[in-house]
Amino acid sequence: MLRRLKLPPLLLAVLALSGCQYDVLNPSGWVALEQRNLLIISTLLMLIVIIPVLIMSVYFPWKYRARREDQSDYDPEFEHSTSLEVVIWGVPILIVAALGIYTYIYTHRLDPYKPIEHLSAEDAIEVQAVSLDWKWLFIYPQFGVASVNELAIPAGRQVEFKLSSSTVMNTLSIPALGGMVYSMAGMQTKLHLVADHEGVYQGRSAHYSGPGFSQMTFETQAMSDQDFAAWVSNAKGVETPLTRASYLELEAPTIAAPVSYYSDVEDGLFQRIVGLCVQDGKVCMGDMMMQDMQGGGGLEGLGNGAAYEYDRYRRIDGFGNPIPFDPASEGESHGHGHDDMSMNEDNKTAHPSDAAKEYAQNGY
Amino acid sequence: MATEHVQPAEVWTPIFGRLTLDWIPYHEPILVGTFGAIVLGGLILLAILTKYRLWVPLWKDWITTIDHKKIGIMYMILGFIMFIRGFADALMMRAQQAMAAGGAEGYLPPHHFDQVFTAHGVIMIFFVAMAFVTGIMNYVMPAQIGARDVAFPFLNNFSFWMTVAGALLVNISLFVGEFARVGWLAFPPLSGSDFSTGPGVDYYLWSLQIAGVGTTLSGINLVATIFKMRAPGMKLFDMPVFTWTTLCTNVLIVAAFPVLTATLALLTLDRYLGTHFFTNDMGGNAMMYVNLIWIWGHPEVYILIIPIFGVFSEIVSTFSGKPLFGYKTMVWATACIMVLSFVVWLHHFFTMGSGANVNTFFGITTMIIAVPTGVKIFNWLFTMYKGRVRFEVPMLWTVGFLVTFTIGGMTGVLLAVPPVDFQLHNTLFLVAHFHNVIIGGVVFGVMAAVTFWWPKAFGFKLDDRWGKRSFWFWCIGFYFAFMPLYALGLMGVTRRMNAYMDSAWQIYFIVAAFGAGLIALGIASTFIGFFVSIKNRKALACGPDPWNGRTLEWAMQSPPAPYNFPQEVHVRGRDEWWRMKQEGFQWSEIYEPIHMPKNTATGVLIAAFALVLGFAMVWYIWWLAIVSFLACLAIGIAHTFNYNRDYWIPESDVAKHEQKGALA
Repeated sequence: MLRRLKLPPLLLAVLALSGCQYDVLNPSGWVALEQRNLLIISTLLMLIVIIPVLIMSVYFPWKYRARREDQSDYDPEFEHSTSLEVVIWGVPILIVAALGIYTYIYTHRLDPYKPIEHLSAEDAIEVQAVSLDWKWLFIYPQFGVASVNELAIPAGRQVEFKLSSSTVMNTLSIPALGGMVYSMAGMQTKLHLVADHEGVYQGRSAHYSGPGFSQMTFETQAMSDQDFAAWVSNAKGVETPLTRASYLELEAPTIAAPVSYYSDVEDGLFQRIVGLCVQDGKVCMGDMMMQDMQGGGGLEGLGNGAAYEYDRYRRIDGFGNPIPFDPASEGESHGHGHDDMSMNEDNKTAHPSDAAKEYAQNGY
Repeated sequence: MATEHVQPAEVWTPIFGRLTLDWIPYHEPILVGTFGAIVLGGLILLAILTKYRLWVPLWKDWITTIDHKKIGIMYMILGFIMFIRGFADALMMRAQQAMAAGGAEGYLPPHHFDQVFTAHGVIMIFFVAMAFVTGIMNYVMPAQIGARDVAFPFLNNFSFWMTVAGALLVNISLFVGEFARVGWLAFPPLSGSDFSTGPGVDYYLWSLQIAGVGTTLSGINLVATIFKMRAPGMKLFDMPVFTWTTLCTNVLIVAAFPVLTATLALLTLDRYLGTHFFTNDMGGNAMMYVNLIWIWGHPEVYILIIPIFGVFSEIVSTFSGKPLFGYKTMVWATACIMVLSFVVWLHHFFTMGSGANVNTFFGITTMIIAVPTGVKIFNWLFTMYKGRVRFEVPMLWTVGFLVTFTIGGMTGVLLAVPPVDFQLHNTLFLVAHFHNVIIGGVVFGVMAAVTFWWPKAFGFKLDDRWGKRSFWFWCIGFYFAFMPLYALGLMGVTRRMNAYMDSAWQIYFIVAAFGAGLIALGIASTFIGFFVSIKNRKALACGPDPWNGRTLEWAMQSPPAPYNFPQEVHVRGRDEWWRMKQEGFQWSEIYEPIHMPKNTATGVLIAAFALVLGFAMVWYIWWLAIVSFLACLAIGIAHTFNYNRDYWIPESDVAKHEQKGALA
């Protein structure tokens, strides 16, 4: 009964009138549709108490205004009524109880980590989505291809997202298809979505992440199986493989990066991204935790701290430019000056992608 | 790539730390203009102070005062000044988003826009809303419990000046360096040393830490006051509801603010000493910060709204000519909200990937808070029921609040349903929701409180016409400004964007900007109202009890004498002043000397050095930081040797005061 929600025709008409812009109210994917239904159920439940309150808020002060003619109902001692109190506690409690039941059911059914029940799990497309500064990388492990700032999915098949970030926190959000989940560095989160029909849906990072945030958008192209196969083979055809080295170049900060494709994604790249160990010589998070479990590296371990560090060279200034890596200041706290003016000059002129290459090659 | 701009180079000198001339934003016309205006205004103020020989009275009667009433008024002044700053930020954002559609860039690049939205949030919460509610609590609560002052009068002065120091530090960042570009809660890793390399986040951290000292101490002070300073005979359940809400709020402050202090301290360690509490690597965990900051952050929103519930309770019962309906329910509902506010923090990040069970738990606890809040609304409605409702300006704000806050509460419960929140999180729907409850609740409440207690503080009422104009501009402006944001949120439009491609959204942003313009007129009406009322104060003069009040603060003179009450009041129950009036109460003409605390400059001096300390830490000027820190300590220790802290007001002075009050 809960599954088949019948919307009142009037409400449907209102939604239809509102046009397709209202992605949340007029969605294109099952997940978003369920979330919309819950939004409407909750609103209607609350209106049971909200509408009387709104009416009373205006009616009572008017009805009992001091300048009314008949003041015989003025009762300066009226300050308690057990029956009224039972109603004003009881009704909200009942409504919250009902809402709580819906919340429990829908939160479990729409758990973003859970595959969508009514869709085949075998047909699922896996997408490893990585938020970079300030663009999205989508890796398709089943096909060995990857794309930047463009998400292609076959309509009607569920998409299993594995999310991570190379820098700060972001959120993968495609409102027409369903709710968002954070992407965080060193961690993997999950999200399951489906596009019910073909179309182009806007996606973006919905969690503020720095100077390039506003342009951190992508198009979600939901297409037929044939078109998707063509899209994959087109990506396979490009000359640029996504290796650990080319990933490190790609993740240098850029704003409004154009759509691009990568063929031949290096095996285990996403796991290395999650493990913060894409660069050569870095210890992955999982291994680090294992070492810690076994008692840590001891005194010798102090010597190769750099292998455990991840992102010192990622420092950016307030405009999104990378700050060139300066070996002299490494390992010291901030504030220790280096009067090397030539370095400051570099700061102004360095071409970021050159800088990125340099870091990718040299590390520190 | 990003832009052709770069941030000034990282250099450090022993004298100036990392502060260089490059950090002075003289190439930004908006900032230079603002600076010019502030300098001009400051010079005019200085000239007036000098011309009318106000320097000594300013120092003796205000800056060093430990009188809770004057400190309360100074908190309100701070709130209104910072309100102008925070609202200017709001107008800038509304203008930018109304312009920057479909590829247009608007006039604020991300570097500036991101500082503006961060500053707007920080200022409005910490230095406007907090200053306002602290000011109202400071002014009204001791009077309501029949006390002469707060429990620790010097601490009260010190708390106020620490808040001012924090506010000044935020504003210094306008003209020296930059402010943070991280959102008002400064989530790492974005706020960490890698992704926020300038001094912006350091300004954020040190200003909040300095102001936080003031807030925490003020919380302790007011809790102690309520427990120890009540007039004889006043049991807890005889206290006016506003005093109850003050108690709950300050318990929340005492419990929650240390969490903020600790969290910010850990982030400070990450930024200054290279620790790894919240970094991406080396075992740091940014999710921990998000949890911690919201464990403070959710109680914080109740710290703002609970005293306002008290304000409306007093106003509704006064202007309905009836006792508050369901006093005990009201108290218990407030206590419920106080406790529950600590078990809902996760609803701010359902989308972080907690399991369905965790999300369900926090979703349902959040909805449960709606129950006591709903009960409060019903209690106010039934207080009006069978009453005699006088439509004075405070009552207008109350009706506006009831309608607006109820709508905001409904959208809040929607956001508490995790699957719905997955869609609406971080959209403008969320922004519309919290402005709906903060403007509809806190701002309307503060405006009502100012109108309600102004005659008590100054002896004359505020001008009615300008009060009504202010209300209507605010109320209509609010709906114009935020209903479009609800609509945009339902389209999935994200917050904090300085530009967007879909030009279909633009019309909504333009309507919102128009609403912000109406609110600007509302704010202007308030200030014109103050000006007009002060000018016509003779005509607007009123007695000590202009609204036919029910609680003890209306038993004082207007404006009150420094000692508040000429004799000790003996309380026999709720609404004591109402009963005293029924019995034809008169103050006795036999006076006794009154024991009062003395003014002190210690608070303002420590706060001044704390400001210097904050500035020095922001810019890595270590020598200055050490010197100013030692100065704070030294002044604090020296103060403990000052035994000359109190004085007696002789009975002849009390008699003189009381005669003057009787004539007025």
